[in-house]
Amino acid sequence: MKIIADAGRCIGAGQCVMAADSVFDQDPATGEVVLLVARVPADEVDAVLDAVSTCPTGALATAED
Amino acid sequence: MTTETTRESRPAGGPAHEPRPLPLARPCPFTPPAELTDLRGRQPLSRIANPDGTTGWLVTDYALARKVLSDPRFSARQELMSSPLTDRAFEPAMPGGFLFMDPPEHTRYRKLLTGQFTVRRMRRLEARVEEVTGRQLARLRAQGPGADLVEHFALPIPSLMICELLGVPYEDHEFFQSRAVAIFRLVQDPEEASAAYAGLRTYLLGLVRRRREEPADDILSDLVSGGGLTDDELIGMALLLLLAGHETTANMIAMGTFALLSHPGQSALLREDPSLIDGAVEELLRYLSIMHVGLLRAALEDVELAGHVIEKGDTVTVSVAAANRDPEKFGPSEDLDITRPATGHVAFGHGIHQCLGQQLARIEMRIGINGLLREFPGLRLDVPVSEVPVRKDMGVLGVHRLPVTW
Repeated sequence: MKIIADAGRCIGAGQCVMAADSVFDQDPATGEVVLLVARVPADEVDAVLDAVSTCPTGALATAED
Repeated sequence: MTTETTRESRPAGGPAHEPRPLPLARPCPFTPPAELTDLRGRQPLSRIANPDGTTGWLVTDYALARKVLSDPRFSARQELMSSPLTDRAFEPAMPGGFLFMDPPEHTRYRKLLTGQFTVRRMRRLEARVEEVTGRQLARLRAQGPGADLVEHFALPIPSLMICELLGVPYEDHEFFQSRAVAIFRLVQDPEEASAAYAGLRTYLLGLVRRRREEPADDILSDLVSGGGLTDDELIGMALLLLLAGHETTANMIAMGTFALLSHPGQSALLREDPSLIDGAVEELLRYLSIMHVGLLRAALEDVELAGHVIEKGDTVTVSVAAANRDPEKFGPSEDLDITRPATGHVAFGHGIHQCLGQQLARIEMRIGINGLLREFPGLRLDVPVSEVPVRKDMGVLGVHRLPVTW
């Protein structure tokens, strides 16, 4: 599973970092989402799906490899 | 408060087809109006009568709440809205007051701040929040049993933190806290509120000018030096951060403590296992939903939603409290259960306006509440629950005072 992040929609709320901080980070200057990994590790799948569903602006999606 | 008193005393009955005012009367401090729950089951998008004579909409379920709050066809511009509480018209946002703006204006201001409130940046503040909390715990203890938790604990922690971050001298706290009260009344008194705004603007203008001459390591200095903002914009942004940083977290710490002390089983769980605090904070945010009136939006065009057409210009009141108790999302949601997965709640809003300071608020609540339970194993209310003065007269739910003993 891979993650698609649209930094243009991101408002820097940080919900994704709260859900999975080994997968998501924020740009220190803009607060916008930064992906730390290209593919979702197996043990982070649920956390990433949580991040996708709680993102306030729908800036995250997942796709099959 | 004037309009409200009249309204609450009105009977809840009346013909079913006639829109009723927004329900506000709570059966207990922690429970939203029963009519909201009832509506969520029957009619999650319903009509309400606004005091200015218009008919608005009320959203009471979770999925619809998220939909409205994240749909760009619904505007956050107050001047387009009717209030569900008063017949007075809203003023347009002040320059820099991006909470009540749409893109692209909203985006321009918010982007200047998002880097300052990231999860990692807030985590680096934990040690400082621990220090401030430790000092307030000592002050609370020094007051002796019967102390007011609001004055000596719940309010000073977020107040000190936002002052430090923003670059506002905390020693002026009585000045801006008293003015915040006028601004956060459920229904503002126009004269009192405009005097409060004027006083705060003059005060903040002084700070902005000082920062221009002598920049310091704080958000206000960063905005002054880097944002290309006018004085009015700087004042508006600073005012928003100062007020939002105070009212919300202070009430969550006080009301959260009140809720835990009124649910001894829950506070015992948390005392036994302080690592439950992250979940407890989310659950308290969900359960208390202190933005108790809800969040307002105005339709910029006709919008079809849940079998209705919301017409251009109509105001939608999104009940955060009702959405956060939607059993479809949260299960048996009327109980406080700190072990429930409560993330995804809309206590911080949803969409582009979701709370900028939410990560700071979480840290302050986490450290504050755990600190209290750790340092005061016998902490309890010093008055019966019914005598705790609940802030029914304020736009943000909380308690005016919380006398505690230990």
